[in-house]
Amino acid sequence: MNGLAEILIMLLMLTNFRLLGSSRLPACISTVAFQAVLLGAITLTTAGWRLSPWVIILTASTLAVKGVLLPALLRKAVRDVGISREIQPFVGFGTSVLLGAVLLSVCFIISRPFLDSAASEQSRMLIPGAMFTIMSGMFIIITRKKALTQVLGYLAMENGIYAFGTSLAVEAPFLVEIGMLLDVFVAVFVMGIVIYRINQEFDHMDTHKLTELRD
Amino acid sequence: MIQSMVHVLLALISAPLLQGVINRVKAFFGGRRGQPLLQPYFDMIRLLRKGAVYGNTTTWIFRISSLAAAAGPAAILALLPLGRVPAMLSFNGDMIVLVYMLAAVRFLMVLGAMDTGSSFEGMGASREVLLAALSEVAFMLCLAALAAAAGSFSLSGVYREMDTFGPVSVMSATVLLILLLSENCRIPVDDPRTHLELTMIHEVMVLDHCGIDLCLIQYGSALKLWVFSALFSGICFPFAGRSLWADLLAGLAGVFATAVVTGVIESTMARIRMKRLPEMLSLASVLALTAFLWEILV
Amino acid sequence: MIQILLLASLGITALGAAACSMPFLKGRVAPLIGGYSAAAAGGAALLAAILVLVNGGQACFSSVWQLPFASFSLKLDQLSAFFVIPVSLVCGLAGIYGTGYMADEGNSTGGRLSWTWFLLLMGSMITVIAASNGILFLVAWETMTVSSFFLVTRYHEKGEVRRAGWIYLTASHIGTALILVLFAFPGAAATGSGTLVHPACSHGLFFLLALVGFGTKAGIVPLHVWLPQAHPAAPSHVSAVMSGVMIKTGVYGLLRMLTCLGSPEQWPIWWGWVMIGSGAVSALYGILNALGQRDIKRILAYSSVENMGIVFIGLGVWMTGASTGNALMSSLGLAGALLHVWNHSIFKSLLFLGAGSVAKASGTRDIEFTGGLLGRMGRTGLAFFTGSAAIIGLPPLNGFTGEFLIYWGAFSAVYGDNGFHASVSGLLAITALALAGGLAMICFTRLFGTVFLGSPRSENAGKACETVGSMYIPMMILAVLCLAGGLLAHLVVGFLPGVSIASGTPEVLGRIALVSLALPAGMLLAGALRKILLSGRSTTTSDTWGCGYILPGSRMQYTASSFSLPALLLFRGFVSLRLTTRSNGEYFPNGLSLKSGLRDSFMHRLYEPLFRSLHRLSGWFSGMQHGRNQLYVLYMAAVLLILLLWELGV
Repeated sequence: MNGLAEILIMLLMLTNFRLLGSSRLPACISTVAFQAVLLGAITLTTAGWRLSPWVIILTASTLAVKGVLLPALLRKAVRDVGISREIQPFVGFGTSVLLGAVLLSVCFIISRPFLDSAASEQSRMLIPGAMFTIMSGMFIIITRKKALTQVLGYLAMENGIYAFGTSLAVEAPFLVEIGMLLDVFVAVFVMGIVIYRINQEFDHMDTHKLTELRD
Repeated sequence: MIQSMVHVLLALISAPLLQGVINRVKAFFGGRRGQPLLQPYFDMIRLLRKGAVYGNTTTWIFRISSLAAAAGPAAILALLPLGRVPAMLSFNGDMIVLVYMLAAVRFLMVLGAMDTGSSFEGMGASREVLLAALSEVAFMLCLAALAAAAGSFSLSGVYREMDTFGPVSVMSATVLLILLLSENCRIPVDDPRTHLELTMIHEVMVLDHCGIDLCLIQYGSALKLWVFSALFSGICFPFAGRSLWADLLAGLAGVFATAVVTGVIESTMARIRMKRLPEMLSLASVLALTAFLWEILV
Repeated sequence: MIQILLLASLGITALGAAACSMPFLKGRVAPLIGGYSAAAAGGAALLAAILVLVNGGQACFSSVWQLPFASFSLKLDQLSAFFVIPVSLVCGLAGIYGTGYMADEGNSTGGRLSWTWFLLLMGSMITVIAASNGILFLVAWETMTVSSFFLVTRYHEKGEVRRAGWIYLTASHIGTALILVLFAFPGAAATGSGTLVHPACSHGLFFLLALVGFGTKAGIVPLHVWLPQAHPAAPSHVSAVMSGVMIKTGVYGLLRMLTCLGSPEQWPIWWGWVMIGSGAVSALYGILNALGQRDIKRILAYSSVENMGIVFIGLGVWMTGASTGNALMSSLGLAGALLHVWNHSIFKSLLFLGAGSVAKASGTRDIEFTGGLLGRMGRTGLAFFTGSAAIIGLPPLNGFTGEFLIYWGAFSAVYGDNGFHASVSGLLAITALALAGGLAMICFTRLFGTVFLGSPRSENAGKACETVGSMYIPMMILAVLCLAGGLLAHLVVGFLPGVSIASGTPEVLGRIALVSLALPAGMLLAGALRKILLSGRSTTTSDTWGCGYILPGSRMQYTASSFSLPALLLFRGFVSLRLTTRSNGEYFPNGLSLKSGLRDSFMHRLYEPLFRSLHRLSGWFSGMQHGRNQLYVLYMAAVLLILLLWELGV
């Protein structure tokens, strides 16, 4: 079980690099969805003896929302606005990956003091993994221009927070998670509408053009 | 010890067979029967019967480049463990010697290409050295991760210890697979069978080699493929048998399995655009770095 | 005995320098006197240093000197002897080379005096290294700077040479100023004796002062800007001395200063980080900039920045290892750095001498106008080939051994259980070394391939012919040393100063020599096979395959700029690459052009604006300059008065 959980956590880390390095929006959406699936699997493998029906139901519902529902919504948004690529971000994709490697190193370094407070032996490595997911989500929000990519960054960040909760304790985060899930759902829903409207009004969905609206 | 010698001997004899296996796998995916398994040998024998033609501008550099192409990988075999079968020569730091011996061969090959004064060969040489510079970083980081995981600084020590399958070995194996593809000019990186000079990397560097020289180069690249296959399969298919003979057999099976994997990749993937190759190789470096950080933190 | 040899060597340089300054020397006399007294002095100093290094112990000499706090004291201990060896060797060989290189300049005053400066430079370098008195050290250090300045400005008729000279002088004096501050602290005047402790200052400040002061001489980024200017301007044998050994006096000074700062185990961990970091930046920045240059000597100058970076990485591995208590890491790091100092001085001086021969034979330093020289300059080409392979660090040549030991030190931080600092700094060292090695491969295949291979790109290059014996024989000697350094490193490591070499290291180096000899042995075997098979068959020559194009010319060859452009484009975030394209935008463009060039980012973005604003600032004071004696006396009187008042505590 130990090896499997570690490989899943490793995959979680690597998905972030795909998110950082890919310019295709559909690929990024699938990556975020895959992250959610991975998180579900990680929860189940690291829960061990604490595995209860309650945990399984919660995991399944999280999976359904973040792995299926939200990605479907985002794919629809991509189809509707007809844009499938992030073009000319503030930081290039190759550089993003390299900076991602730096971020990962930083995450490994700053998570050292927390390692002993992990819930179980298996979820030790989840702490840097979760931190890295949060950080790369933030990185994407900061450096990308398209509203849709920023939503993806937001989702990745949320995945990271969830993973962080999982790494520290198994049951407690679910209460938080349910509330957050609701928030995210509403937020993505609203953003989807906003993206659609931005696109309709301005024929593009670049957020940096919004600066033209200031005084 | 006897097993190590048998490994070197087998590698020297059967390295071209790997190419045959890859060709058969590709033919299978293409729905063809394909050429005989021993076709690479027939090609080499045919080349050995020919005379020699050298370019007007070429000097002794060109003439020794093909010699190095065959002699370098053959010398490297002495440092190469096959699974848990140790190398003939193993000492602290042999992994670095391996990387730099490959670099020495590349140095002579690149100079041989530039010796012809051909624009195409210069172009190929330029691509080759850039990709090599990037893959060297990935290679070194991967070796560092493996050394950290196994607690040893010699290849034989590393491959003796890496008998379990964890995240570090998954990541290192991926890096080694990318390196295998890029160093041996396999498909997502370079197409060994392309016929357009402008799109070639490695093949264009040997445009002016013919006859015995070309045979030496082909034999050398077969040996190089063997080296990388052994490095990859030792991590990817860890097997700890009861005796070294069993390990030797398992290692050989692993090498040929790697050839099959390579063939499958070549049949199912398209070439990556030349401009994106550095991205792929830096991704390999990032992967190796992740493996390393993971290892020192656990 | 050793003292006599050392003094004899200094005496020969002084006498030779004096002799060469005589105005009645005509023709080839001055070059011959200069070159062979350099060789004789080099031989004597080399013998003295080898005796000290092999027998152990140290040789001292002291005599009084009228200056306050000063004495003419020389001490040849292990560290000094270690650094004297490359200095005397390279200076001697460069002197012999210079007799051929400068043969046609014996009649001019500048050519004659350049030998005076050359011998002064040599003598002052030996004195810097052997000095055991602070004042003597500083005087010699300054003599070294000034004499090399006059050598750099040998061809001062050209504007660029004058500019290079001024940049060099400015950079050197900023460095010297910091060293002067360092020496101003009490206790520092006697270098190498006692510990440097000052209650008001931490050791960290001393370390940083030494790093910047000596790092300027060593050419560490961002203090490297003088190297790519000064090396191309100087005559080639002088570049060989400056790049091969003079920049090593910076390393020597730093090491000497570090020995005064307590034992390595007590140094804080951030020193190691600073060293590895500055070394990594220098290595990568140096080699990336070398990739974009067209001037053969500028390429080599930037490559010196890279190699000094490698030395600093090694020193950083040493310091980190010592701070974290990892004995293997620290001893290997220091051994690697020291070995690389030797090796670099050998192959870099070889390459600079080769560059001089190339420039002389083909009449240009621009590699885009050379090509195909190997056929006409076989001996020079062979030596340059050896040097290129050595500088990339390929076994079985010497460049590999030093880098290997640094790698080993860095890996030993990685594969044991050494804690976080050691592992991550080891990883940084490994990454930087690997990337710099790969880029060095691009740089030197480009250099050798463009200059020596293919067909000539200009008429002059096509008419080049082999140089005289006094020029290629020193290069051959250096090339043989490159090979010997690679194969006999296991015998050498035992003599490195201050290194308690770990057991097993010489054995490993011996194995490496064995394995790497398998490559040439295998090549010989394959070559014999080819020869046997080809006997009786036709061996013909023909035109290079041009893809069916029937009129291939030398202009169709791949150029050096295009060879390295992909790499520069990939790393364009780290270098100031300028690309200008011009086309008329039609479907059938004519007059299409692409221009690429590389500027030094630090020179361009940091120093030029800085010095421009300094210039503006100093303009404000120009009002005080009237050129009247009376006013200057008034200034002096005013300053004296203020000082007096201050001293009296009013």
